This record gives sequence, structure tokens and C-alpha cells, in this order.
Amino acid sequence: MIQIVSIGMNHRTAPVELRECLARELGNVQRALDAMRESPAVREGFYLSTCNRVEALCTTEAPEEAHGMILSLFSQFGGMDADALSGSLYTLEGMESVRHMFKVAASLDSMIVGEPQILGQVKEAYLQATQKRTSGVILNRLMHRAFHVAKRVRTETGVSDAAVSISYAAVELAKKIFHELTGRIALLIGAGEMAELAARHLIHQGAGEIRVANRTFDRAVQLAEAFRGTPVYFEEIDAQLLEADIVVTSTASADPVITYDQVKRSLRKRKNRPLFFIDIAVPRDVEPRVNDLGNVYVYDIDDLKSVVEINRAQRAEEAIKAERIVEEEVLRFERWLKTLGVVPTIVSLKQKVENIRLAEMRRSLSALDGLTPEQMQAVEVLTASIAEKIIHDPILTLKRKADRPSRDQVLDMARQLFDLDET
Amino acid sequence: MPTILFRVALFLILLATGGMIVFIIKQQKSVFTWSYRIFLTGFVFHTVFLVQQYVALGTAPVLSLKSSLGFFAWTISGVYLLFQQRFRLMVLGSFIAPLAAVLMLASVSLPGIPATVVHPLFKSVWLPIHVLTVFAGDGMFALAFAASVMYLLQERQIKRKRFGTLYSRLPSLETLDAISHRALIWGFPLLTVGMVTGAIYAQQALGSYWRWDPKEVWSLITWLGYAVLLHERLTVGWRGRKAAVLSIVCFSLLLFTFIAISLWASDYHSFKSLEGGLTS
Repeated sequence: MIQIVSIGMNHRTAPVELRECLARELGNVQRALDAMRESPAVREGFYLSTCNRVEALCTTEAPEEAHGMILSLFSQFGGMDADALSGSLYTLEGMESVRHMFKVAASLDSMIVGEPQILGQVKEAYLQATQKRTSGVILNRLMHRAFHVAKRVRTETGVSDAAVSISYAAVELAKKIFHELTGRIALLIGAGEMAELAARHLIHQGAGEIRVANRTFDRAVQLAEAFRGTPVYFEEIDAQLLEADIVVTSTASADPVITYDQVKRSLRKRKNRPLFFIDIAVPRDVEPRVNDLGNVYVYDIDDLKSVVEINRAQRAEEAIKAERIVEEEVLRFERWLKTLGVVPTIVSLKQKVENIRLAEMRRSLSALDGLTPEQMQAVEVLTASIAEKIIHDPILTLKRKADRPSRDQVLDMARQLFDLDET
Repeated sequence: MPTILFRVALFLILLATGGMIVFIIKQQKSVFTWSYRIFLTGFVFHTVFLVQQYVALGTAPVLSLKSSLGFFAWTISGVYLLFQQRFRLMVLGSFIAPLAAVLMLASVSLPGIPATVVHPLFKSVWLPIHVLTVFAGDGMFALAFAASVMYLLQERQIKRKRFGTLYSRLPSLETLDAISHRALIWGFPLLTVGMVTGAIYAQQALGSYWRWDPKEVWSLITWLGYAVLLHERLTVGWRGRKAAVLSIVCFSLLLFTFIAISLWASDYHSFKSLEGGLTS
């Protein structure tokens, strides 16, 4: 009986040093796929390697051997003893393994639940598996179902809606104000690490231009270069306020850097274009009263933190809904997998043909009215034997392939040709 | 037959409205897609109904409050469909469709004796032009109104930093402001043309361009309100909250002019109680 096995490590089971170690070399994925294809124990193989997880999934008829083979692969990549490694690994079999794969693709197993990159990474890994021809009937189906689950989770639940990091939350807010950040000018006042992170997010979302003002001009130049932005003097802030759309402040100043009057003055000249202050400094750089001005929005670090908190809670609720979707799809996959045997296929093939025969008999019943019971009996036997003869060869072929490696393909093809799968 | 057409339209619009409300709660795209299709079908039925009425009466079917409400609902639906093409904002329907539905319900619930004889005065070519432009403008303003309400809801959440369920369902402030702005830019010229053609029509039919009839006066006030809003937006750079508030005030004024003044305080614009039809 064919088994699905997956072995891997993620951000929960393994420290980052170990994950780095395994994921470091880019060629590892190719080598792993090659190794799985060569191994007699492994039928189909899939290998995923990202910064937060490394895992291998395979179908096999010898789970023990396949497990050992993958373990040695890991220890070879990590350059360490298999025993030492096994403490950081999880091994899943059968439907557990399917459930896990669905969750990974749907970003339910991610460090930041709902982050969207993982689906792309899974798709890429699957592409490599198809190129290396390590994927087959079961894996193809499994991966396509996984993509389907990911799509359902994304559209039917709010798991991926809510931002759970401060800088990400700030960017999300900016999008709710500006719709899109393309072409928007962001002004960084102060050049701290948080400001840098926020700037990175802003650029990632398409912000048009970054300008950096800092008390020490050197540092402004440095940071501006990193983002291909423009450094400006600290004294220029007044003028910059007329052009900027998003202002990220993070200076160590004890007094506010941005005052109510200063912003108020700029508004009319700005023609009231919205202005969004992200104040991540403690003590605050932007006078809180600035938020009272029309079309001006000020979020300080505490505001952003509470947004993140709310989002976390919401996400947990939505995760329950997502679990339900995963469970549904696992059951569906399990049903399909069970039909992928020789005996079930033959049974449903016979069933299908017999159903057709009976339906046609019923349709012709009125025309056969005049027949004697003996003649009627003969027609029954005639139709039954035609039906039987037609599927005789296909059934023989299926039986003959029962022990061949090509079995799954043949089964899959038969099920498709005769349309045996429930939709 | 004509009433059946209207009832079918009403039924479809109500169904679509229900769907769009379900959509804003459930956030399932397919719910919206179907609601939108149903809405579109309802609009087509409504259009056929109006054409039929126009042909039967020989003039724009707006001679009673009953039919005017229906016609207003139709222009709102039409404007919404136009904007949906441009902005593709699913949530907009959840705010506009109820407005159209309520107006249609109001229309259907009013008693109305079908006008059989139409006064020759109403057969002027200027009347349909006057009515169509005024109502198209009103439809635009209705859309601006809906966008402004959405804007205020959204801006309140962002300003107060308290996020309700609507936060994720409503679009960005800029989008909403842009919709209001666009609707105003289109609505104002339409209303202006409507008032000018109305004056021309009045000159032909009644012998004077302007007669200080209450409806005319209130329409002028509404027009001035929108003129101020447009001016502030274009030259001073008003936008966002202030513009949204004024847009809502102006639309309330418009509704007041449309319903209250038409019913109680008007001369020849009056629908003279509810039976509609033939005034002076």
C-alpha cells in the first residue's frame, strides 16, 4: 500500500542556525530531488526549502527506508549526525502529512500566519519537482489541492488580512488612506532601525521616493543611498512637509520635532492632500494634537501596537475557519486516494458499466414489450455480456499493472477515461 | 404589462440589494458577482418599463411623485453601473443598491392613477431633456452622497484608531474621495443644464423663464450648495471630511427639494397630492 511521508523542520522545531545550515546552498533542492528520484524506496518526491522551513515529502511503499534516505539527505546537507538532527525534525505520515502540506501552502504553519510569500515558494518547489520528474499522480493531485486550499483560505477567511508587525501595520494603514503607494513621497525624519524597516516596507509596496532628514547629515546620506533616496537637511523639514505624503519619525529628540502649527501652516499649500505621520519615536516626535487636523493622520508606536494586537486576535479567530477548510479538503483528498487502488477502480468501472446497461434497458423497455419472458431473458444476457466484454481488456490491463511502478499512471488514466472520479 | 415590468425590476433590484448586503457581511466574491448580474437585469427591466411609459405617454414618465421616485431610482442605478465600470469597487453596490431599492419601494407603495390624458404642455421636447439631465445629475449626487457616507465611516475609524468590521470592507479614503469628486464634476454640469433647459421649457410653456416657484427656489439653493462645494474642491483644495460633509448636506437638501417641496409647496412643479398627472 502506498504511503505519503513527510519529514521536515520549521521555525518551531529547529533553531534558525540549523535551518540556515540546511537551506544555505541553493543547489540543495536540485540535489535532494535527484537523490529522491534515484532512491528505489521513493516513488514521488517534493522538496521545499525556505528560510523558515525545510521539508521533504514523498510517496513510498517502504516508509522506513524512505525515511532513512531523507534523514541521511538532511544530515549530509547540514553536515551533522543524523541522530543529532532527528531531535529537530518532525515526521508525518498519511493524512497527517497531507494536512500539513495544505497548512503550509495556506500559510497556516508560517511564523507570521497568513504571510503571502509561502504559497509562491511552494509553487516554485513544485515546479522544480515537475521539472525533475519526481512528481507523479499522487503528488500532482496533492499539490494542486494544496494550491486550492490556499486560495480558499485566502478568499474565505481573513487570515491573511491582518497585519501583525508594526511596520507592516503602518503600511497597511497607509494603503487605507492613499489606496496605493505608487508615486507617494515618504519622508524619514531620524534614521533609526525601525525607520529603515518601515522604509523598506514602503518601498516594497511601491512608494515612489524616499527622503531622509537627520540631525547628522552623514547618516541621512547613508540611509538615503540605501534606498536610492534623497538626503535633506533637518532644517528643510518645513519645506518637505509640503511635498511628503507619509512621514516616518524616529528621532531621539526629547521635544516634538513636528508641531501642530507647523503642520497646520502647510495644509493649505498642500491643498489638503492627506498626510500620514508614523511616529515610532519614544518620546513622541509628533505633537498628538496634529491628529486633530483635517486630512492628517498620526499614529504613534502605541497606536500601531494596539492595531497589531487586535489583528493578532482576529487572526486567531479566522484561523479556526481556515482549519475547517483544511479538514474538509483533507477528507476529500483521502476519499480520492482510496479510490486510487486496482480493486476500487475495477469495482467502480464495473458499477459504471452496469449502471449504463440498466439505464439503457429501462429506456428500451416499451419497445421490448412484445417479447416473451424467454426472449426478454436473452436480451438481458446479451446486453450484460456485451458490457462485460467491453471492459474485459481494460480490467485485465489494470490487474496486470497492479505491481508495476507505472500502476498509478494507468489507474489515473483509467479513472479519467471512464470518468470514475466524483467531482 | 407595464406594472409587471416594474414589479419584475423591483423584485430583481431587491434581490440584488439583499445579495450585496450579504456580500458586505460575508465578503464572498461570487455573491457580489451574482448580485451585480441580477442588479443589471433589474436595471434592464426598469429601462424597458420606462421606454414603454415614454411611448405610451408621449413624454417623460415623471408626472407624479410615484413615477418620479421610480425614475430617480433608475438614474441612480444607471450612474452606479457607470461608476462600477470605472472603479470596480464591489462594496459600492452595498451602499447604492439599498438607496435605489428604497426609492423603488416608495414608488410602488404610493397610490397612483395612471395618467390617461396628458396635458399638451407636457408634450414639449424640452421636458424630457430637462427631466433627464436633472435626474442624471441627481443620480450622480446620490453616488457622491453614498461615497461621502462611506468616507466619513472610514475616516472616523482611522482618525479614532478604532477599527470595526467595516474597516477592512471599505476602500481607502483616497478612492472614496475620488469617487465623490468625479460624481460631483459630472453631476454639477448635468444639474446646470437641467435647470437651464427647465427655464427654456418654462418660457415656452408658461411664458416666463423663472417664476420663483418654491421648487425653483429650493433647487437654486441646492445648486448653489453644490456650486460652493465644487468651487472649494477645485480652487481651495477642499477634500476629505469637509467635502464629504457638505456633499451629504447638499444631498439632503436635494431630497428635501425633491420630495417635500414637490408635494406640499409647489405650483406647477407640484405633483398635487399623490394622484399625479395633470396640473395647471
